Amino acid sequence: MASASKTPELLAADGTPLKHALRRSQAQERRRAFLLVAPLLVFLLIVFAVPILSMIWRSVYNPEIRGYLPQTAAALQQWEGADVPPEPVFQAMAADMIVGVENRTIGRAAARINREIPGARSTVMRTARQVDEWSAPYREKFLEADEDWANLEFWRILKRESRLLTPTYYLLAIDYEYNAQGEIAPRPEVYQVYKGLFFRTAWMSILITGLCVVLAYPISYMLATQPARVANLLLILVLLPFWTSLLVRTSAWIVLLQQQGVINELLVATGIIDGQGRLRMIYNRTGTIVAMTHILLPFMVLPLYSVMKTIPPSYLRAAKSLGAHPFRAWWRVYFPLTIPGLAAGCILVFILAIGYYITPALVGGDSGIFISNLIAQNMQGSSAQLKLAAALATILLVAVLLVYWVFNKLVGVDRLKFG
Amino acid sequence: MKRVLILTGTVAALALGGAVAQDKQLTIVSWGGAYSKSQIEAYHKPYTEKTGVEILNEDKSANALAGIRAQVEAGNVTWDVVDMLQADAQRACDEGLVLEIPHDEWLAPAPDGTPASQDFIEGTLGPCFIPQILYATMFAYNTEAFPDGGPQTIEDVWDVEKFPGTRALQQIPQKNLEWALIADGVEPDKVYEVLATEEGQNRAFAKLDEIKDNVIWWSEGAQPPQMLADKEAVIATAYNGRIFNAQVNEDQPFEIMWDHQMFETDGWVVPVDTGNEETIKDYLKFATDTQRLADQAKYISYGPARQSSAPKVGKFEGTDIDMKPHMPTNPENLKTAIPFDVQFWADYGDALEERFNAWVAG
Repeated sequence: MASASKTPELLAADGTPLKHALRRSQAQERRRAFLLVAPLLVFLLIVFAVPILSMIWRSVYNPEIRGYLPQTAAALQQWEGADVPPEPVFQAMAADMIVGVENRTIGRAAARINREIPGARSTVMRTARQVDEWSAPYREKFLEADEDWANLEFWRILKRESRLLTPTYYLLAIDYEYNAQGEIAPRPEVYQVYKGLFFRTAWMSILITGLCVVLAYPISYMLATQPARVANLLLILVLLPFWTSLLVRTSAWIVLLQQQGVINELLVATGIIDGQGRLRMIYNRTGTIVAMTHILLPFMVLPLYSVMKTIPPSYLRAAKSLGAHPFRAWWRVYFPLTIPGLAAGCILVFILAIGYYITPALVGGDSGIFISNLIAQNMQGSSAQLKLAAALATILLVAVLLVYWVFNKLVGVDRLKFG
Repeated sequence: MKRVLILTGTVAALALGGAVAQDKQLTIVSWGGAYSKSQIEAYHKPYTEKTGVEILNEDKSANALAGIRAQVEAGNVTWDVVDMLQADAQRACDEGLVLEIPHDEWLAPAPDGTPASQDFIEGTLGPCFIPQILYATMFAYNTEAFPDGGPQTIEDVWDVEKFPGTRALQQIPQKNLEWALIADGVEPDKVYEVLATEEGQNRAFAKLDEIKDNVIWWSEGAQPPQMLADKEAVIATAYNGRIFNAQVNEDQPFEIMWDHQMFETDGWVVPVDTGNEETIKDYLKFATDTQRLADQAKYISYGPARQSSAPKVGKFEGTDIDMKPHMPTNPENLKTAIPFDVQFWADYGDALEERFNAWVAG
């Protein structure tokens, strides 16, 4: 470096040092490049980053109690939880209720409490409707009106859920909850579903990915080794279903697999099974696996094919001429060269599969649905639990990112080839 | 300056034009299929003819409560009138998502002058809810599947030996749990009392377990007639009007089993902040009068919610079929009927739905 400083500085035509001129022109380039991608960046921010962040925010944001019963929430902070709360708490509750009835927001607080204690909605609503006729002291009147007001658990939950951020929905999403003592404990067995469904989604996605590998590898090999004319024809056979609408392909499987469907009719007609013993191949796990493997197959074939096409056949011939057994030649020479395509296909199929919704919903019945179906279920219906859905979706998102990260460590994104 | 004026003028004119155009339009949310059609024929078409107000139909009622919640929270209410179940309407009302309706001011009196609040069937009007119809959910079966006679009681539905084949049930806990308890021997008038206890809930789920392997689930009212027609299921729970329409319009060999049918009301609510109140009020006054409610029964076999409408119920449109025997409110069909308990499900819906979903997926 010392010698470099001695040499006279190179100057551009206008007399500025060359370094500065270069930096300036590069900066200009960068600005131009940034302007070119700016629309995409804004687009991604608006339709991708913001909704995801707001979803994550929703999954922990818990404003109902604090917002609709503000005085009660404040009064409860003084309460230790050992005995039925003192008069000030009831007085605050009465004041909140009068405001809540007037603004018709009391039902939103009641709905939130009812989520924790079934039946609490009517206690709250019933009392709220008469509370404006009462006067202090309130404690006696509340306890007289409904024995539920003496329930310590009710008040403990109210106190706990008066905080603005809550992990409640994440606990629910992994089948845990706060028990009566306020400790985190597994939910009663009859409510446990999400953990099992996360596992089912994972293993079925792995299975579907595996099936795709088994089916796609020979097809791709054939595509890559046939003369161009034949290969192009075969490729169209792969692409045609790829271009067909997802719904059409799924419905086609329903037509084929259902109990009065083509396959069952054929089996009955040929006498392999009798009319009573029709196979149930759809509206269960089998249906999901069959239909999804078919639908995701092109995502495995295309990257594999594009990689195999670049492997010169002479490599294999060389290995064999040097005395390798054909299998050994394939295993030691050919297979390692296809790994980038295989890896690309696997990550593509697996990540698509793990978030799949429409096919399991249509052909999955009850044993073949995925976690995304339960996310959807939590967003619909009369007791829609958007926050639980948000928590589940966030967990799914983190899981996918984790898979991608591990994959990146093991294989490396730079080795991927997508055709 | 001049340009700015012209610009503001144009914008204002556009905004005004927009507002006027919006007044000429109502978005009404309903259930789709034969049910929406009955409303279009009985209410929407005559109203558009009379006033020129265009009516847009959206088939979103299956998610009505979630939809209104989301729209009100986002401050962008696009639904003007929403067709909803009474239990959901009660929740929406408690949560301040829908307008409270002064019944006698908003609704037309009966032809003899009886105010609306006394003419609707007792207990059906809610503070925010205007009932249109009484409908039943009950079991129906494909007679071709049972040449020796189909199931006659709830116990028969559970008897997979005597009546083999797939059952199609609605994928909600409501009604399935009640029927499970009845099949298990609970007295009909004790059903909700039992279901409020943990022990009773376990009992209901255990009873459902018995037929779980023979069940497929449906979620849209149009599905059960389809499943029965395809013989994907041989017995299905369904809304009585859908089965009736399949029998009459498509000549399907379906039979309704009225034993322990569960009836409830369905009707209208008006979300808050639609900015369209005058038109909505006018529409509701028109659509809930005695004759209109009776007219809906020409197109689907649901009982009108007004007492004064009942005698005016006639024949199925374009046929000679008398609608009265097909109504859930017909005394013959009502013998063992169970009224659906709106309050119970408003209170226990959250927990039981969660348990039910876990049970289905497990």
